[in-house]
Amino acid sequence: MIQTDDVKLTELKNFMAEIKKRERSESQLIAILHKAQELYGYLGNDVMDEIAATMNIPTAHIWGVATFYHYFNLKPKGKHVISVCLGTACYVKGAAQILETIKKELKIAIGETTQDRFFTLEETRCLGTCGLAPVMMIDDKVYGNLTSKKVVEILHSLAHEHE
Amino acid sequence: MSRKYSITICDGPTCLHKKSKELESAIEQCLKEHALTDKVRINLSGCLGMCGKGPILIVKPGYTIYGSVTLGDVAEIIEKHIIKKKPVARLAIEEDHLYNRFFRIFGDVNFFGKQLRIVLRNCGIIDPESIDDYLSVRGYEALAYVLTQMKPLDVVEEVKKSGLRGRGGAGFPTGIKWQLTAREKNSEKFVICNADEGDPGAFMDRSTIEGDPHSVIEGMCVGGYAVGAQKGFIYIRAEYPLAIKRLEKAIADAKAEGFLGDKIMGSDFSFDIEIRLGAGAFVCGEETALIHSIEGHRGMPRPRPPYPSVQGVFNKPTLINNVETWANIPVIILDGAEWFKSIGTEKSKGTKVFALAGKIKNTGLIEVPMGITLRSIIYDIGGGIPNNKKFKALQTGGPSGGCLSEEYLDTKIDYESLAKVGSIMGSGGMIVLDEDTCMVNIAKFFLEFTENESCGKCAPCREGTKRMLEILTRITEGKGEEGDINKLQRLGKLIQKASLCGLGQSAPNPVLSTLKNFRSEYEEHIKEKKCRAKVCSTLLGYEISEKCIGCTACKKVCPTGAIAGIQKSLHVIDQSKCIRCGACFEACKFNAIKRI
Repeated sequence: MIQTDDVKLTELKNFMAEIKKRERSESQLIAILHKAQELYGYLGNDVMDEIAATMNIPTAHIWGVATFYHYFNLKPKGKHVISVCLGTACYVKGAAQILETIKKELKIAIGETTQDRFFTLEETRCLGTCGLAPVMMIDDKVYGNLTSKKVVEILHSLAHEHE
Repeated sequence: MSRKYSITICDGPTCLHKKSKELESAIEQCLKEHALTDKVRINLSGCLGMCGKGPILIVKPGYTIYGSVTLGDVAEIIEKHIIKKKPVARLAIEEDHLYNRFFRIFGDVNFFGKQLRIVLRNCGIIDPESIDDYLSVRGYEALAYVLTQMKPLDVVEEVKKSGLRGRGGAGFPTGIKWQLTAREKNSEKFVICNADEGDPGAFMDRSTIEGDPHSVIEGMCVGGYAVGAQKGFIYIRAEYPLAIKRLEKAIADAKAEGFLGDKIMGSDFSFDIEIRLGAGAFVCGEETALIHSIEGHRGMPRPRPPYPSVQGVFNKPTLINNVETWANIPVIILDGAEWFKSIGTEKSKGTKVFALAGKIKNTGLIEVPMGITLRSIIYDIGGGIPNNKKFKALQTGGPSGGCLSEEYLDTKIDYESLAKVGSIMGSGGMIVLDEDTCMVNIAKFFLEFTENESCGKCAPCREGTKRMLEILTRITEGKGEEGDINKLQRLGKLIQKASLCGLGQSAPNPVLSTLKNFRSEYEEHIKEKKCRAKVCSTLLGYEISEKCIGCTACKKVCPTGAIAGIQKSLHVIDQSKCIRCGACFEACKFNAIKRI
């Protein structure tokens, strides 16, 4: 929830104030949504309302834009975000099996978050590291030349860090 | 003067005979007189092999080669080239050609030997975060040249003459696009760099920007000058953080050095560039969708005309080119349209960058002249297929392209010839598939992608791709019916003709091209319920061979109890109970279980 003394909110407001000074500021909506997601991790209804009020753009329009682009999440994510690459090169080298292994291991489907909010599973199209196929990215780190066994080990080692 | 020059003097026997030693002392003397000793390094080279034109001097950066230099020329070279930065044309015997710099550094390694690097000329050679490095390889010289020596329309003419075509995939002549935007009378115009590289398995634009961001910026400045635009946008995927960071730095540096901003290099031309982030929508690679996204809307395409050259971003005339197209521009200006035209085929000039990946030994980014054969790319540059597997197909153009079988490998790469055999040039994804790839499954993979990325605006694409995907899924699950192939073909052709934008118009290509080139695989899936590549799991069976030592590992993991056998004796799978989950196959440590 947004609180009025929220530091993140102040930062978002300052960001919007900068943008409003520029010409055609309403065209910067996607940049504002990027900023909001960077701050909050996702785009909640209250954040979108806030942007609507400040930028004088209907919430319905913002909702339309936020739901159109895959990059924006409307729900909070887990601590670690796993993106399994399903680009062509990874796919022909067995990315589908890797994805199945993770689904089984974490008992979640694509787009879902584990109950303990620790892992979110996503698919992505090409991370551009086709030489290492199949690959996945956990947060900002790329793991390459994956096998089902290796994936399970990686997940376990991350889960242990948690303990 | 901030940068260091070096002067290389040939001291091979012939040049020595022609007084190169005396030249060296004269140069030293002259540098001393101008207090340049600290700024210029003198090298002796050994024989450079151009004895007929000796004595030879090479001035770097720039790699200008001077021949038949006399003692009297020394002062002129120092004063003009080193101090005023203008090479002495009268004495130069070879100008620096940007394209062959790569080989001076990396030599003729096989992987590089068949390549020709124009777009990637600086990638891996300069520090992409240093504007000084870019300047040292004649950076912003093309911009300086057009601002001082050429009228905007001359620039448009030069690009037209070069025969350059859009590298985003469709291959529209770049010069015509420029001309159409230039002729619009409007006080406000825009140029856009399309860096929304969304094809799965393609990373040409990302690498170009990460390796040489200034070449794209310089290209855009030249384009802005040619068509009369004041502002440029670079629309780039948010998924490319490093590329974004490098662009931000490059733009800031270019502004600080006066290559962007008001009255660039003292001319009347003012130009600025802003980065706009995408947010993960494949359809935004389509120009009208991209424009909507820049305006802050849902990225959905609209019918054309009006084309962006007439009504683009904020309804102003807009010139949109792809990253690779922009990166070609400085070279065309510096080395000339005539030279650029000499590379490639009759209708496709220059080079093309491909992201080579899949079942191939050397994966990576390559740049080859148009007209090279697909076979040469796969076997000479790519090194062939690993693990002694057999080549099956080459996929070009990503989800908009097609799969080509072995018989088409001698096709020469250009826009027309690839289209003729049922694929497209595309933006440059090139995936090699071997015998372990199921063509029906790969077609399904691409269709899943386009079906998912369809923006939903027009029915043929939104509904059509869904229906096609249903049929394909059915086939891969062994539920294919007689007549499915005809249905796929009819639907595919309909979607191609009736869709609003390029995404829908090209979405059926992977299916139609595999149907054309690998029809028997579809027939096997439908009639015999067989997948020869052993990929479609519901069409597979499992069998235990003689290698079984009776460890019981498979029996323990089988969820349906289909495996029978006692310890230390051969196990057997009851095919009527087997659900083909593959758990036994994964569990067996002795390779005793075979897919059939």
